[in-house]
Amino acid sequence: MMKGWGLTTYAVLFIAFVYGPVLILPLFSFNDSTFATFPLAGFTTRHYVEMWGQGPMIGALVNSLKIGLGVTLLTTAIAIPAAISITRFRFPGKPAILSMLMLPLVVPSIVLAVALLVIILKFLNIPLSLWTVAAGHVLIALPFCTSVLMSRLEGFDRSLEEASRDLGSPPLQTFWRVTFPLALPGIISSLLLGFIISFDEFVIAFFLTGTDNTLPVYLYSQLRFPNRLPGALALGSLILVVSTVLVIVSEIIRKRGVQSDNPGDF
Amino acid sequence: MSSQDTPKTPGATAPGRPRRDTSRRREALNGLGLLSPALIVMLSMLALPVGALVVMSFWTQSGFTLDTSFTLDNYRRLFSTSERATEWMGMTFHLGYPVPAILMIKSLAMSLMATVAVVLLAYPMAYFLAFRVKRNKAAWIIILTIPFWTSYLLRVFSWKVVLGYNGAINSGLMSLGLIDAPLEFLLYNPAAVVITLSHAWVAFVVLPIYVSLEKIDRSMLEAASDLGDSKFKRFRRIVLPLSMPGTITAALMVFIPTVGDYVTPQLVGGTGGTMIGSLVQQLFTKQNNAPMGAAVSLVMMLIIAALVLTFLTLIGYWKMRARSAR
Repeated sequence: MMKGWGLTTYAVLFIAFVYGPVLILPLFSFNDSTFATFPLAGFTTRHYVEMWGQGPMIGALVNSLKIGLGVTLLTTAIAIPAAISITRFRFPGKPAILSMLMLPLVVPSIVLAVALLVIILKFLNIPLSLWTVAAGHVLIALPFCTSVLMSRLEGFDRSLEEASRDLGSPPLQTFWRVTFPLALPGIISSLLLGFIISFDEFVIAFFLTGTDNTLPVYLYSQLRFPNRLPGALALGSLILVVSTVLVIVSEIIRKRGVQSDNPGDF
Repeated sequence: MSSQDTPKTPGATAPGRPRRDTSRRREALNGLGLLSPALIVMLSMLALPVGALVVMSFWTQSGFTLDTSFTLDNYRRLFSTSERATEWMGMTFHLGYPVPAILMIKSLAMSLMATVAVVLLAYPMAYFLAFRVKRNKAAWIIILTIPFWTSYLLRVFSWKVVLGYNGAINSGLMSLGLIDAPLEFLLYNPAAVVITLSHAWVAFVVLPIYVSLEKIDRSMLEAASDLGDSKFKRFRRIVLPLSMPGTITAALMVFIPTVGDYVTPQLVGGTGGTMIGSLVQQLFTKQNNAPMGAAVSLVMMLIIAALVLTFLTLIGYWKMRARSAR
């Protein structure tokens, strides 16, 4: 069929368009030159070695890891009861509350950033630090973590929880012995995705950080200097690898979880 | 063993059935209780900060002193008229402080172009995924999910490398002998911003559009074919209208945040490609006028909200959604 082939070709081109420019970063990060130019000069790993030797980079990496870990643990801990409440309980005003929870997805991050900046600096008089960055990241990670958990909780058979309750388990026991194990793939996805969101986030970190950098803020500061481009390419490639691996792991866990529990559900 | 299972009563699957009013009230209280940590986060980190932004927009800054007495001066200045005419793109502005208005119009236009490009690029891909992919669908979805989660900063940075003066396209074309000198018009202009925005956001909309296409009842398509509709007619009369609400929602998820985008104009826009987000950042830092920055960001949000609501009302979005939800 001609039309079928047309669409398949389009899909392949689409994937090439989406991936192509981004894959330029790892390509040139192994190029033995200060400029990101064709023709390629030869293979080298020296940009990675040099990048690793830079003290501020390591500091920024450690900061990003700390914030990412703290943010994702806290956000997931907040998102689990929220997702249970939205998928399992009936209460008035639920649609309004749900849209409010999803609001950080659409508000431009610069507005969130300056609003947080104003309240932190002018109203609360708290100095900017990694803590203020983490607070901002919890806000933007919450809608993502909540929706991942909601889709998982909606995905499995609710009668298992009812059976547990009918057999006399108190709510907390039903949660630990039925809901939690079944929701676990969703919880792991939420933990991984919450980490990625914080690890990759730039605008809020840029506005709300004090003297300490996160990795994207450090990377941004390097982009001003043309001679630091190779280091930025190497660092960017490293960040790409981290988020790609985490996304793939998260997606596989989520898909596998759904398949093994609900055989009929793809 | 299934034969020993107690038969399910309808009541067993409806935990909140109105036995007594108190049980329903308790359910609501428990539900809100579980939700309360999330609500506290939203209140303390979204509602209160936006409230603080509103309060600050009524203050004034002169030099290093912040005057906290209530005044509408910032808003008055944003809308003040002037004899002096400012020309921009064939439009004449009689404004005392025309920069925010011009940047706002420019941001809306650039964001609109990027949104249209994103939807036109993503729709066929989502259609392919929903109707043509039979095997390895999970793999396709993962391939399309990865770009969604890769760092926004890096996606923009990559276009700087691709389009730059010493970038991939220029050096590639030069080494092929197609051009003698680097093309300077590639980077640092509004077109570069629109291209970069389209690329950076296209991954966000494929999956939402795919979900709305996937939900369409296949038997309706069969019925249309059986009744003699051509493939194109079937698409125009069934698939397109039923996927419209999801597509519009996805488009808004791109349009609203990109109007205030900061990273893209900063990295690939140059002086000609600046947007309103850059102005907000400058007001808060270099120009040291946070109250004006607050007023600009609030007016921006209000204009976006008004435009979006007008648009949705004009196209009858809610009716459309009700129809496709059936």
